[in-house]
Amino acid sequence: MNGVHDMGGMDGFGKVEVEKNEPPFHEKWEGRVLAMSRAMGYAGAWHIDDSRYAQETLPPQTYLAVSYYQRWELAAEKNLLLRGYVTEEELKAGHAMGPAKPLPGSKLTKSVVDAGMTRSSFFRQQQGPARFKPGDRVHTVNINPLGHTRLPRYARDKIGRVELIHGCHAYPDSVASGRGDDPQWLYTVVFDGREIWGPDADPTLTISIDAFEPYLEPA
Amino acid sequence: MADHDHDHSHDHGSELSETQLRVRALETILTEKGYIDPAALDAIVDAYETKIGPRNGAMVVAKAWTNPAFKQALLKDATAAVSTLGHVSRVGDHLVAVENTPQRHNMIVCTLCSCYPWEVLGLPPVWYKSAPYRSRAVKDPRGVLGDFGVKLPKETEIRVWDSTAETRFIVLPMRPAGTEGWSEERLADLVTRDSMIGTGLALNPAELAK
Repeated sequence: MNGVHDMGGMDGFGKVEVEKNEPPFHEKWEGRVLAMSRAMGYAGAWHIDDSRYAQETLPPQTYLAVSYYQRWELAAEKNLLLRGYVTEEELKAGHAMGPAKPLPGSKLTKSVVDAGMTRSSFFRQQQGPARFKPGDRVHTVNINPLGHTRLPRYARDKIGRVELIHGCHAYPDSVASGRGDDPQWLYTVVFDGREIWGPDADPTLTISIDAFEPYLEPA
Repeated sequence: MADHDHDHSHDHGSELSETQLRVRALETILTEKGYIDPAALDAIVDAYETKIGPRNGAMVVAKAWTNPAFKQALLKDATAAVSTLGHVSRVGDHLVAVENTPQRHNMIVCTLCSCYPWEVLGLPPVWYKSAPYRSRAVKDPRGVLGDFGVKLPKETEIRVWDSTAETRFIVLPMRPAGTEGWSEERLADLVTRDSMIGTGLALNPAELAK
């Protein structure tokens, strides 16, 4: 979707402000939110792109106004409700009021925390040969889906070059719409800065995205 | 409420913010329904507070600076190379290392959310997740570098890697001059978090002494 989360190239947000000696968490609740999200993900309650999509579909005013971990918390609530793990009444009451829905996977307990903290693999069985190879010129598609996509607006309908092949991966656009992994080849595609931003762009700039095969056509 | 001797807000007596209340409610509900184990949550938080940070990445960089075979392996397949180092927790399958040279400076961003190589750098800093960085890194990287006090030669190529999939990137910064013969441990002290994101350079020995 064309949401405010897709920030590449937007103007007006100001300087990057760096905090010296920043702690891992600024408040205790931030760590709890992160850990809860990890635990629910480990148990298979939802996929990482479901979490991203839940954030992207927050009202834009909310997305911009709240902090990173507040977005995580709001996304977790949305996914818990959407998937029937909790009810609105429970969230209001702050307590469980009905039976639990069985989790697809196993619960993250203390004894499996190390496994739970290892990032899962996104490699999937290939469904066919890769359409492109390093060096190929490609044209990114012009799409504006209402659903989740990982093709940023600034990189749509642009000419680039395939630089790396990362194997076959779960396809976020499919996963986040409940249509399963639909494995796709993944490529690093590099663009000249002027192709993206026009003739006034820094001539030394190149930008790459990681693009799933459906985002690309031969050029 | 079986498990609720775990009260994690530690704000007894003070007024709790709406967010604190929401998070507390959520943890209570998920615990009562048996979805989560608060002790596992404690362990996750502890790991990010005490174990997983940019020192992991710095040790990887220092090894690459001193060991050409390791550097070659790292640039070819960072996941496999990092997995051979016992001190770094196992990384996911999709780590890519990119090398800074006098000709080319690499910078990492995630414009769509805030993807970041947690296993080697720890949790991302607030600025990395902020709108100013996510919006400007791809359009005006030299301006962003200026916000960090970094000025590169005009002719240096700048390559910005937008982390739009599950691939994660770590920058291999240039080794500072005057560090010949240094041990990996000592070299790692020069490798800042920002130098591995590409918004900074590795410290030189004089900066380290400060």
